[in-house]
Amino acid sequence: MIVSGVPRSKRAAIWWGRLMVMTRKELIQLFRDVPIVVFLIYSFTLSVYISGNGLKSQLHNANISVYDADHSFSSRDLIHKFQPPFFSFAGELSSSNEGLYRLDRGTVSAVLDIPPRFHEQLAAGEPTAVQLLVDTTNSPQGLSAASYAARIVAQFGQEASLARFGGSAEASQNLPVIVSDHRVWYNPDQNETWFESISHLLRMITIFAMLLPATALVREKERGTIEQLLVSPLTPLLIMLPKVLAMTVVILCAMAVALFGVMQPIFGVPIRGNLVLLFSLTALFVFTTAGMGLFAATITKNQSQVGLLTLLLIAPMLMLSGVTSPMEAMPPWVQYLMTLSPLRYFIDVVYGILLKGNGLKELWGHVLAMGLLGGSLFGFGMWRFRRQFQ
Amino acid sequence: MNFRRIKAVAFKEWRETVRDRIFLLLAFLLPVLWMLVFGYGLVLDVEHIPLVVVDRDHSALSRDYLYRFTESRYFDFKGSLTSETEADAWLLSGKARAVIVVPEKFGERLLAGQPAHVQTLIDGTFPLRTDITKGYVLAINSALSGELLADYVARTRGLSREQAKTLVQPIRLEVRYLYNEEVRSAWSIVPALIMFSLMLAPPLLTALGIVREKETGSIYNIYSSTVSKIEFLTGKLTPYVAISFVNALLLWLLATLWFQVPFKGSFGLFLLSSLIFVLTSTGIGLLVSLMVSTQVAALIITMVLCTLPTILFSGLIVPVSSLSPGAQVQAHLFPGMYYTNIVRGTFLKGVGMNVLWADMLALALYAALLRLVAYRLFTKRPRS
Repeated sequence: MIVSGVPRSKRAAIWWGRLMVMTRKELIQLFRDVPIVVFLIYSFTLSVYISGNGLKSQLHNANISVYDADHSFSSRDLIHKFQPPFFSFAGELSSSNEGLYRLDRGTVSAVLDIPPRFHEQLAAGEPTAVQLLVDTTNSPQGLSAASYAARIVAQFGQEASLARFGGSAEASQNLPVIVSDHRVWYNPDQNETWFESISHLLRMITIFAMLLPATALVREKERGTIEQLLVSPLTPLLIMLPKVLAMTVVILCAMAVALFGVMQPIFGVPIRGNLVLLFSLTALFVFTTAGMGLFAATITKNQSQVGLLTLLLIAPMLMLSGVTSPMEAMPPWVQYLMTLSPLRYFIDVVYGILLKGNGLKELWGHVLAMGLLGGSLFGFGMWRFRRQFQ
Repeated sequence: MNFRRIKAVAFKEWRETVRDRIFLLLAFLLPVLWMLVFGYGLVLDVEHIPLVVVDRDHSALSRDYLYRFTESRYFDFKGSLTSETEADAWLLSGKARAVIVVPEKFGERLLAGQPAHVQTLIDGTFPLRTDITKGYVLAINSALSGELLADYVARTRGLSREQAKTLVQPIRLEVRYLYNEEVRSAWSIVPALIMFSLMLAPPLLTALGIVREKETGSIYNIYSSTVSKIEFLTGKLTPYVAISFVNALLLWLLATLWFQVPFKGSFGLFLLSSLIFVLTSTGIGLLVSLMVSTQVAALIITMVLCTLPTILFSGLIVPVSSLSPGAQVQAHLFPGMYYTNIVRGTFLKGVGMNVLWADMLALALYAALLRLVAYRLFTKRPRS
């Protein structure tokens, strides 16, 4: 589209004017749809609160039942060591078969079996063993339960040994053991509400950033209103860009609400880095993700198709970008595949800025990757769009 | 209820679906692709933690000690640094998630029968991984401590190594892993992925069904026809229930043949509960479809409504028993959890109806309730 005979500066003004008008149109169209607005507000307020408050990804309250065949002072003492927050005691069993019965039903996730003569053997310095049955239908939880139990039993055994030799705490100071000192950085209290509420925010931003512009474009295609836009003096860029801009504005506002309305006042999530950087990189992420959505929109014809296609893409993004499961443990081909997910970079950006106080110095690589990804996706979308309609 | 009319509506819907080749292809491809990508990619075990070490001791013992970390599959050794400030920068940029600092005189002290402190710096950004990393470090530390202690006791008390070992560690913990004996992450993930796919895809298939007709106006054909409400809703859902049920079968085949997850339970029970579950999840889409008036809204609401509880509250990753009380209530309000119990129960535990009846009943009630609400919401004579 060429505006001939108009000076350069005037042309730029016209271009900006059109951009603003189109962005306004998108915003009006979005806010007219009441259910979406209600959902948008819910997703960035109440929903953030619920998931930040409710989730515990560490091993918490693994229900454990005990079959104690010894009924001695030592066995009771050992049982007593299985304490919250890791274990919650779910009663004694009258037989070891009952343990299997409860494991089958899923009412307990571990059963500790203490043999007869446990106390006797321990007092006599003979080796003894206790058995732990662990439900591993959820493998990481089963493994952590086993490792906590191993630690509890090992410590109990050492204390029993020391006590037998009349060893005091002082004596154990003079033993060749490795004492572990831990320092946890950036979230020293391991406050899970921080982690969970941030990851929830990331998920919501991704879903909205991908879906809103994509469906807005497909809707125009489906209804035929795109033809009207094409005969107007608008370039394809001026049709696609406002959709992204409008959603970026909406999402940045929503994020501000979530951050300053829920996460900071209620959960005490720290903001250690630069806020301007955080919001500008969020805008970049929204642009990149929207580019992916628009790309999906240009290769589909109707809402059902674009819905399924974005869902197909969004689920791996949400699950494999590094929040739900650690990146490092994935097979290499999945890791390569995930370099295409903008969320993979954005996760490090948001956690980095909020918790670690990272600046551009640490994050420039991620910023570059998101920019490149967004630029090429958007460019490809534009190319498809041009080819389809011109 | 007239079956001819239901058949007619279902046939019309089926024809529309089949005509849209891309949609049909995606409907069948989506669960299969997810299963393949997640079956391999969604590894919940914390392994290959990027690690750097600061060795201030440089003794034979400190090298032996650090070797235990570098050769472990849980850690990926990224380098040896000279100072803690350098280590800080590695943690800050996320290039390392853990740092082990071995102090001066580490070897000397231990050989002299004195304790030595080892400091571990761990990135706390992801609390679960932090916690598990801590556990790995503790395990390696206590393994070496046990050996050193046994050696020391054997030396000072003149005992044999075996005796000294018993003395140091009198109780052994024998762990038996049940249901997933080799503790394979894939075995616990793959069955739950059937839940994941059937919880996310079917609602989206149905969500647009009615709202599309509202938007294009073709719903007026239905309003003015002799088709009753219940006939229309049933006919409308039938093709999507069928597609999703076929997908359940495909996923079962992938799980058992491709991923080789043992299926210990009854196949009939699996089929029956999958059918009930598919009826439930398509019902969610139907409900959304009736409540909104644009396809955009239907898509977004369905996706937000289904994705998050499925990831968070359905037992896929975090077991429902470890959730906080409030979140547990949420989990029970969402159908995914019951079906997770059923798939894990039938695949790994091999339990039957006597254990799973409550979950099946909950799903059936859920499906019935969704249909009842949909029936009440749908009207052939809309106002305005």
